Amino acid sequence: MADMSLKKNEMALQAPQERNKNFDEVALGYTAEQAMAEANRCLGCKNRPCTGKCPVSIDIPEFIRQVRDGEFEEAYRTISRSSSLPAVCGRVCPQENQCEGKCVRGIKGEPVAIGRLERFVADWHNAHCTAAADKPQLNGHKVAVVGAGPAGLTAAGDLARRGYAVTVFEALHTAGGVLVYGIPEFRLPKAIVRKEIDTLKELGVEIRTNTVVGRTNSVDELLESFDAVFIGTGAGLPRFMNIPGETLCGVYSANEFLTRINLMKAYKEGSDTPIVRPKRAAVVGGGNVAMDAARCAKRLGAEEVYIIYRRSEEEMPARREEVEHAKEEGIIFMMLNNPVEILEGENHTVRGIKCIKMELGEPDASGRRSPVEIKGSEFELELDCVIMAIGTSPNPLIRTTTKGLDCDRRGCIVTLDESGKTTRDGVYAGGDAVTGAATVILAMGAGKAAAQAIDDYINNKA
Amino acid sequence: MYLIKRKQELNPTVTLMEIAAPEVAAKARAGQFIILRVDENGERIPLTIADYDRTQGTVTIIFQVVGGTTMKLNTMNQGEYIQDFVGPLGKATELEGIKKVAVVGGGVGCAIAYPVAKALHERGAEVTGIVGFRNKDLVILEEEFRGVCDRYLLMSDDGSAGEKGLVTDALRSLLEKGESFDRVIVIGPLIMMKFVCALTKEYGIKTVVSMNPIMVDGTGMCGGCRLTVGGKVKFACVDGPDFDGHEVDFDEAIKRGAMYRPFEQKARESACNLFKR
Repeated sequence: MADMSLKKNEMALQAPQERNKNFDEVALGYTAEQAMAEANRCLGCKNRPCTGKCPVSIDIPEFIRQVRDGEFEEAYRTISRSSSLPAVCGRVCPQENQCEGKCVRGIKGEPVAIGRLERFVADWHNAHCTAAADKPQLNGHKVAVVGAGPAGLTAAGDLARRGYAVTVFEALHTAGGVLVYGIPEFRLPKAIVRKEIDTLKELGVEIRTNTVVGRTNSVDELLESFDAVFIGTGAGLPRFMNIPGETLCGVYSANEFLTRINLMKAYKEGSDTPIVRPKRAAVVGGGNVAMDAARCAKRLGAEEVYIIYRRSEEEMPARREEVEHAKEEGIIFMMLNNPVEILEGENHTVRGIKCIKMELGEPDASGRRSPVEIKGSEFELELDCVIMAIGTSPNPLIRTTTKGLDCDRRGCIVTLDESGKTTRDGVYAGGDAVTGAATVILAMGAGKAAAQAIDDYINNKA
Repeated sequence: MYLIKRKQELNPTVTLMEIAAPEVAAKARAGQFIILRVDENGERIPLTIADYDRTQGTVTIIFQVVGGTTMKLNTMNQGEYIQDFVGPLGKATELEGIKKVAVVGGGVGCAIAYPVAKALHERGAEVTGIVGFRNKDLVILEEEFRGVCDRYLLMSDDGSAGEKGLVTDALRSLLEKGESFDRVIVIGPLIMMKFVCALTKEYGIKTVVSMNPIMVDGTGMCGGCRLTVGGKVKFACVDGPDFDGHEVDFDEAIKRGAMYRPFEQKARESACNLFKR
């Protein structure tokens, strides 16, 4: 008989006033007892609504049943059949809009804590299972993957398991993409990302860092030596607002701020990468990246950190949990405000920001009520740092160096169907490079679909 | 890991290194840059490519010791390896259609001006090289420049090498004598590029500058390298590093370049203490 309590089993967290001073992981994970108790809340629905909302279609009721019965390694195998990066997804997926959003238990009370259970299973496996993954038999075909982020790594893993010799080309010096440069250590420890990547290497995936496709080599050159190419280059180009003062020292894109901290470890003693430690910082934007940047600024020692967002909290795209965690840590939310100018202090530094108050009007194309300026409501806020987290666009390096690869007006690669097939024969694409900035799990879903399509393509050609 | 095949001190603060990086060498063109990281804890710094040898698979970099990273790099020796080396990044210098050109280099910027002068010379352009240094001890690449320039004008602040004066003085006197160029290419300190551009603007000569701002990734991801060019924000790493010098907001670039000066100062001081012990 399932446990019918309306609430999820609590997961231990670091105390807010402690964790906002360190970069250690905030959430501490379930114990085996807690995981088994939580698994016992699952009704094991036959029609699996949760699985239907999972971009990589994990057999969720099955792995939860295995957790309930204490079969943790079996549960890991169930998840692994569908997901290349379970320890990552358990931590960063927006479960409330996906699996947990469809959980029957959520109709009355809280849904089953599917994300926490996934995380538990992956962590348990990583802690207890040291055997290297079995190397699959090679099938004689080679596939190139461009970009070692969530989309590329997923495609690489799926293709390697099918026997392809996969080479992943990565521009940065470390593989992982947004998992290493974007998402902070306190939300996703880098050791976990490394472990997931090591698993791929055990499967035979070769990762070539320091290689910028579009510069060091080109897609056309890759097609000479590989049977197919998957492009998962993400959406790395930061957007700015085009308001006065954006080139002042002390104005960062969230990408730069987070890269200095996460990839370059600027917060750590011994790292050569400098970062300005702000006293009063504002982050402009309302997504997960904005939350990450704000919480990083706090951890660097900022006294006051603001989130400035032009809509209301209801419209914020960030995960609920991240918003709650940020608030607990003392981040100040300034909703319905829009920056109009960044104010210049001495020597080209930032002395503040000028904002205008907004109110919500009619729904716009995104279905959210669009913000409208309230005339004459401008005000100034004193700051020494502004971080722009208002979104990113796909990087132009590949599209400008690959003939016949069609892109849309926003610079996103055009795909002809759900599989990620592009306008170039043998070239597939997925993730943010196709959709514009979205989530880790959607990119993984796209990588998975493309791996299947590439497998079909090569089989049909042979 | 990337092998240092050769190291040569060009003057007390400027060092040349030839790095084994066949993939970069295969694609490198004048005007492009690389990003390197000395070791595991290293920061990513951009350096413009000074030369390359496709058959040997090597890329030459020339750097001035200014902060912690260049200081660390300078302690590395021939036969040792640097952690990361990626490129070629940025757009190559446009050489198409240039028949008569003045290539102006200042200080360590000459390391970047040289491959441009060489590439233009090889394409049959008439090249006037105008280079400036503070004094004779700091002169670099004189032989190399002479080898690719139809005319080589050496300037120094104190007159200890070549003529006494600034590169702008030399260029101005040529222009006043009625010389004309279909392009001026300037690479050096921001303040020098600013004044050369002010001069060539008077004469209406198209002038290209090579910008080397602070950057992290070098592929368009961080936006740290943004500059205002013609009133628009550009990323030096993907839109440049070459820009129309008459459009660049140099004053802003100078202020942005000073952003991490306190860190550089601190790195220098702590490194000096290390050497003392």
